[in-house]
Amino acid sequence: MKRSSTHKLVQLLAVGIYGLGILASCSSKATTNAEILKSIEEANPKEMAVIEAELTDAPLVPAPITRKTPAKVVVRLEVTEVVKKMADGVDYTFWTFGGSVPGKFIRIRENDEVEFHLMNHPDSKNPHNIDLHAVTGPGGGAASTFTAPGHETVFNFKALNPGLYVYHCATAPVGMHIANGMYGLILVEPKEGLPKVDKEYYVMQGDFYTKGAFGAPGLQPFDMEKALDENPSYVVFNGSVGSLTGDNALTAKVGETIRLFVGNGGPNLVSSFHVIGEIFDNVYTEGGTKIHNNVQTTLVPAGGSAITEFKADVPGNYVLVDHSIFRAFNKGALGMLKVEGGEDKKLYSGLIEDRIYQPEGSTVQEMPQSATPKAAIASNKDMRLELGKTLYAQNCQACHQAEGQGIKGAFPPLAKSDFLNADVNRAIGVVAHGLEGQIKVNGELYNSTMPKLKLTDEEIANVMTFVMNNWGNKGGEVNLEHVKKAKASYKH
Amino acid sequence: MIRRLLTAILMLGACSMAAAQKGTPTDMVQVKGGTFVPLYGSDGAAVTVQSFRMDKYPVTNAEFEAFVAKNPKWKKTAVKKLFADANYLRHWTSESGIGANTDKLKNSPVTNVSWFAAKAYCECEGKRLPTVSEWEFAALASETKADASSDPKFYQRSLDWYSQPNPKYLPPVQQSFRNYYGLHGMIGLVWEWTSDFNSALIIGESRANASLDRQLFCGAGSNGASDVKNYVAFMRYAFRSSLKANYTVANLGFRCVQDQKVQTIAKK
Repeated sequence: MKRSSTHKLVQLLAVGIYGLGILASCSSKATTNAEILKSIEEANPKEMAVIEAELTDAPLVPAPITRKTPAKVVVRLEVTEVVKKMADGVDYTFWTFGGSVPGKFIRIRENDEVEFHLMNHPDSKNPHNIDLHAVTGPGGGAASTFTAPGHETVFNFKALNPGLYVYHCATAPVGMHIANGMYGLILVEPKEGLPKVDKEYYVMQGDFYTKGAFGAPGLQPFDMEKALDENPSYVVFNGSVGSLTGDNALTAKVGETIRLFVGNGGPNLVSSFHVIGEIFDNVYTEGGTKIHNNVQTTLVPAGGSAITEFKADVPGNYVLVDHSIFRAFNKGALGMLKVEGGEDKKLYSGLIEDRIYQPEGSTVQEMPQSATPKAAIASNKDMRLELGKTLYAQNCQACHQAEGQGIKGAFPPLAKSDFLNADVNRAIGVVAHGLEGQIKVNGELYNSTMPKLKLTDEEIANVMTFVMNNWGNKGGEVNLEHVKKAKASYKH
Repeated sequence: MIRRLLTAILMLGACSMAAAQKGTPTDMVQVKGGTFVPLYGSDGAAVTVQSFRMDKYPVTNAEFEAFVAKNPKWKKTAVKKLFADANYLRHWTSESGIGANTDKLKNSPVTNVSWFAAKAYCECEGKRLPTVSEWEFAALASETKADASSDPKFYQRSLDWYSQPNPKYLPPVQQSFRNYYGLHGMIGLVWEWTSDFNSALIIGESRANASLDRQLFCGAGSNGASDVKNYVAFMRYAFRSSLKANYTVANLGFRCVQDQKVQTIAKK
């Protein structure tokens, strides 16, 4: 009732003002209609547009907000408990805001009034709630959204402060709810909006605690002891190992500006977020308003965020890591940005000199001349190719790159490699025993160390079969016998 | 409004007329009373529980179906909104019974029942819902020990179950984990209603009671618990706290208890 009468009043006023406008048009000194209407608009915030928020799954981000006025934004977020992939062959029961980890990205504007709906799916086993760091009020909404399975709670808040904020579940035991993946990001765009960029992506780190070690197959239960010790089995971007590599890699073209909305759900670890081979032109430190320029690595606290911006100047693969580097190469905190476009050899050479990356893989490594690993089970060629692909991504890709192209001057190519195709047995020996010293591959000299990878013979057969059947190499299947023979004849 | 209240009173009282069951029912076991420190809510003080008898199994769909047949006001279509929300017996496909999935569900625990419905069922059996303390005391038992509270493996098992989504069809009650007392499914089957399910919020010193979030949200939760490691307890107490008496949940069932005294008097 009250609302409609206010509406009427505004209509009357508007008509009146329109009349004034007609009269005023004769006078050069008068205020414009637009100005008067604007002042009315500000005085009557109840006449806000009502908008259903567009929510996106990582790595996608909703479109920038073009509105010039605040609105009433309705956000509907559903909590589900789902079994999903943590790594190849490894499943985990994730508790999610919107079906995957991290939760849906929410994008609103400063001074928007948000009507927030939290739905807990009837099949959930646990009650959940939400604490949005963008909310000013008790518990960030947690106290108002404690929701039993099969129920829905609603609360309203006004987005007073612009910035990039984490949201998470805050139901006891809080640590476990967060450790199971209950976090996401909400962006409150400043009134004036964010500067235009070509690409925007959503990347959120989290640490996971499973009974089994990294890579142990099957549905892995949550390990409370590991969580209390802050000793995660997995540290990943966007909820799983490989969520941002291979076909899932982020993409951009040379010359484009890229903005990453980076969050860290924790529950325990602080991220040293870094993009290998890039320097952030701008970092909105901790997701706030202050901009730092020319940043290499930015700290993203657990329960915190950062906005990073850079221009893709040089084509190639750029690896996103938590620069607490064992997490990247051994626990999964690794993503990829593929930049396509024209080469600039001068700039690319600069990157070749970057020696931050010692060759590493996810399995335990030993230098040459140590004990030999034991053999394992056999399988057919198709299986070898499939298993080999994973092994390659885990152990080889960091240096030899996704398409086997290597890095000129640092890591020899495997694609169309004369060194490789000339003698497959020698190559097997290198994988099994490591290699040190100068070699010539496709006309280039390489002089460095490839560590011996602690792979089983079966795994060597699989990864070698994969390499031989890709990127223009000569094909064939490497079997167990083959590996055993080659290892024996190529010792160092 | 007054009429509604009257209806409520009449409905609640309806079954209390039923005669309390005499003798020792075969489908119940005795839980010998004792003293224990609850996992949450007593500020570390020990709580004494009198001996009581408890249903071996959670109430099944078939048993609840029989109850509904005798008490049609608890039918899905007849139940008052005040006493059960819209999801009441949601998994039953027929108006007055389990319906299509009877074979799969008859021996599984009944779920999607409100506190009011559970309470009414127990009263019609001459029983009552267990208190939180009674339920927690009985749930302390592993297969071999009445008190397994010092066994981390026992808790890990609970935690594993609390982390898994619901199966499509809950298993028959007889198949579930049997503890020291002979109680089945105290852990690993369904959550269970207790008579004072929301009492974690009103027990303890008044300052802590002043606001809900102090007790169960954020970091405060762990300060208030008697054992920080005991996530299991957090989950049970947090779950109970999220409920209201007319709520129904897809994995929330119940079982009934009886005072030991009833038996003694009956024997005399």
